[in-house]
Amino acid sequence: MSSQLIESPALPEKRVITTRPRFSDRVFRAVVTSGGLSSLLILGLILAFLLYNGFDTFRQQGLHFLTSSSWQAVVSDSGKVDVANSHFGIAAMLIGTLILAFIAVLVGVPISVGAAIYLTFYAPDSIKKIMVTAIDLMAAFPSVLFGLWGFFVLEGSAEYWAKLLHKYFGWIPFFRLDAPYVNRSPFIAGLVLAIMIIPIVTSISREIFSQTPLDRIQAAYALGGTRFAMLRAVAFPYARSGIVGGVMLGLGRAMGETVAVYTVLNIVYQVNWHILFSAGGNVASMILLKFGEASPYEIKALMASGLVLFILTLIVNSLANLIVSRTGKSGR
Amino acid sequence: MSNISPVPQATPRKPWSATPRDRLNTGLVLASAILLSFAVVAVTPLKGKLAYFAIFFLAYLTLEFIVSFVKAGRPAAVDSLFKGLVTMAIAAAVTPIVSILVTVWIRGHKGLHLSLFTTDMRSNSFTDPVSQGGIVHAIVGTFLLVIFAMVISVPIGILTAIYLTEIRGRFTRPIEFLVQAMSGVPSIVAGLFIYAAILVPLTKTVNGIQGSLALAILMIPTVARTSQEVLKLIPGDLREAGLALGGTQWRSVAIVVVPAARSGLITAMILGVARVAGETAPILLLTGGSGAKNYNMFSGSMGSLPNYVWQSFSAGTPEAITRAWAGILVLLVIVIALFATARTLGNRKVGAN
Repeated sequence: MSSQLIESPALPEKRVITTRPRFSDRVFRAVVTSGGLSSLLILGLILAFLLYNGFDTFRQQGLHFLTSSSWQAVVSDSGKVDVANSHFGIAAMLIGTLILAFIAVLVGVPISVGAAIYLTFYAPDSIKKIMVTAIDLMAAFPSVLFGLWGFFVLEGSAEYWAKLLHKYFGWIPFFRLDAPYVNRSPFIAGLVLAIMIIPIVTSISREIFSQTPLDRIQAAYALGGTRFAMLRAVAFPYARSGIVGGVMLGLGRAMGETVAVYTVLNIVYQVNWHILFSAGGNVASMILLKFGEASPYEIKALMASGLVLFILTLIVNSLANLIVSRTGKSGR
Repeated sequence: MSNISPVPQATPRKPWSATPRDRLNTGLVLASAILLSFAVVAVTPLKGKLAYFAIFFLAYLTLEFIVSFVKAGRPAAVDSLFKGLVTMAIAAAVTPIVSILVTVWIRGHKGLHLSLFTTDMRSNSFTDPVSQGGIVHAIVGTFLLVIFAMVISVPIGILTAIYLTEIRGRFTRPIEFLVQAMSGVPSIVAGLFIYAAILVPLTKTVNGIQGSLALAILMIPTVARTSQEVLKLIPGDLREAGLALGGTQWRSVAIVVVPAARSGLITAMILGVARVAGETAPILLLTGGSGAKNYNMFSGSMGSLPNYVWQSFSAGTPEAITRAWAGILVLLVIVIALFATARTLGNRKVGAN
């Protein structure tokens, strides 16, 4: 027996197995990552450009920019800017921003959270679908529409409400009136903002309520609880911090609103705590108001105001998102 | 085989559904609350729509509370009180929507006429009779602004979403956070930024593309977040199938994942457009408001619907105000049409074509 070695066919070349991504994947990842990082780039650029343009104002005004309430751009006869006598301070408008946002939250949040509870736990499916669509649609309404509606429609009713508030609650300092002008007041602008934040606060609250663990809900019912008892024992504790986040997102929206406030509110550059009186403003609407006839020097001060507004809304929004995202995790 | 007459079937009763007696109760409570509100308005000095609503509201809650208290005790009474409150809340949330839609139609349709869509405002002023002049220039302008904003923001938004769902590198958390922070940037700040970054140092004048850039900044977060939600819904099996067949990640994303999510991504795009189509503040700073048609995004003042509405509103005469409402009616119809399209597409099953 001859044992002949059968010549084995040539082995294929050894395949190198590697976890290193292919060239195409590396290109893909680089492109996608740079696309993803563009949000960082844009936010960074906004910060950089506003800071660069507003820097002079910050340097000249110092802390007064945040604490004083005078806005004077003095230009001498020769057209040169009189730096020493020009004063820029946005305290009045900062306070106005906070007042408006506060009214919006005070009025808008109970309505939104109540609506979210109704939609999640009470509404029959058919009604729920229509209402959710309507409220989502409202989120897409342009702000100029809210402004016009507030000016022509809400104004009429709201003036009457303002008079009632003044009549019965005039002893509260906020509702005092030194002159009988209740039209175009922070109260009415605040109501418009309240309506504008309803969609976002409702949709976030609804999302959080709908994540309430079903077993806990059924446990509450099984123990014989009414629907309200279930809500109080299960849904509210579960959703509380998430709703706080949603409220802060609404607050951020209300602080940055420009056109609606500009349309409805009588913008006067002064600190006005009397919310029924026809004077007020917020930083965003003030920027729009002054922008038209501002000298390049004044525009720098407006850029500085924009930076303050940007940082303010960024802080509020970041806190809000942090709170909302934490709730979502703890529940699962 | 004998004929068995069918046993009459009892209709199943649901213990939680309302019995006729419950319905009667509810009806009586509602009717007496309405009567009471009319009576109080007639007798006391309280007047106006607000009085009707307030008294009806209070009367309804009280009566409902008493009825359930008598019928089923305190917990049930509190429960019905709370139900009344949240029902009022949803009513309060929906009332402005209805009021806005009705107002826009009632005030806007008077300004509608055929030549509105065939002429522009080149040779008319806002205070002219409503039948003169039109909004072609504004529609063209809005269309161009939005298209350019879309061209800029959609790739960035979708790439961001792909990074967040497909690559999930070490920047995932920070980018997710930044995108959310970006969605809160006030529109006037976006306008100021483009003004400072482009208009002052480079162009020194208004033009369309600057407006589109500002709109793109506002649009990116909406597109990115909606796309992310959509891509999350694509089952992991699909990705793994792509990889198991030997595809690279690039191929499996481009050939499997993105096509599966196509309708969802289009929805994201449309929602982004709906979000910025009516944006006014940055437009006022950056694009100008020409009354003539301008097809060139890179030079010359560019009219747009929000700008048209704003200018007519500022002009203030009755004719101009009618123009403003007609403009906003057209704008709103566009927004609602976009929204409805997005809804229809978004309701489709993910992965279906």
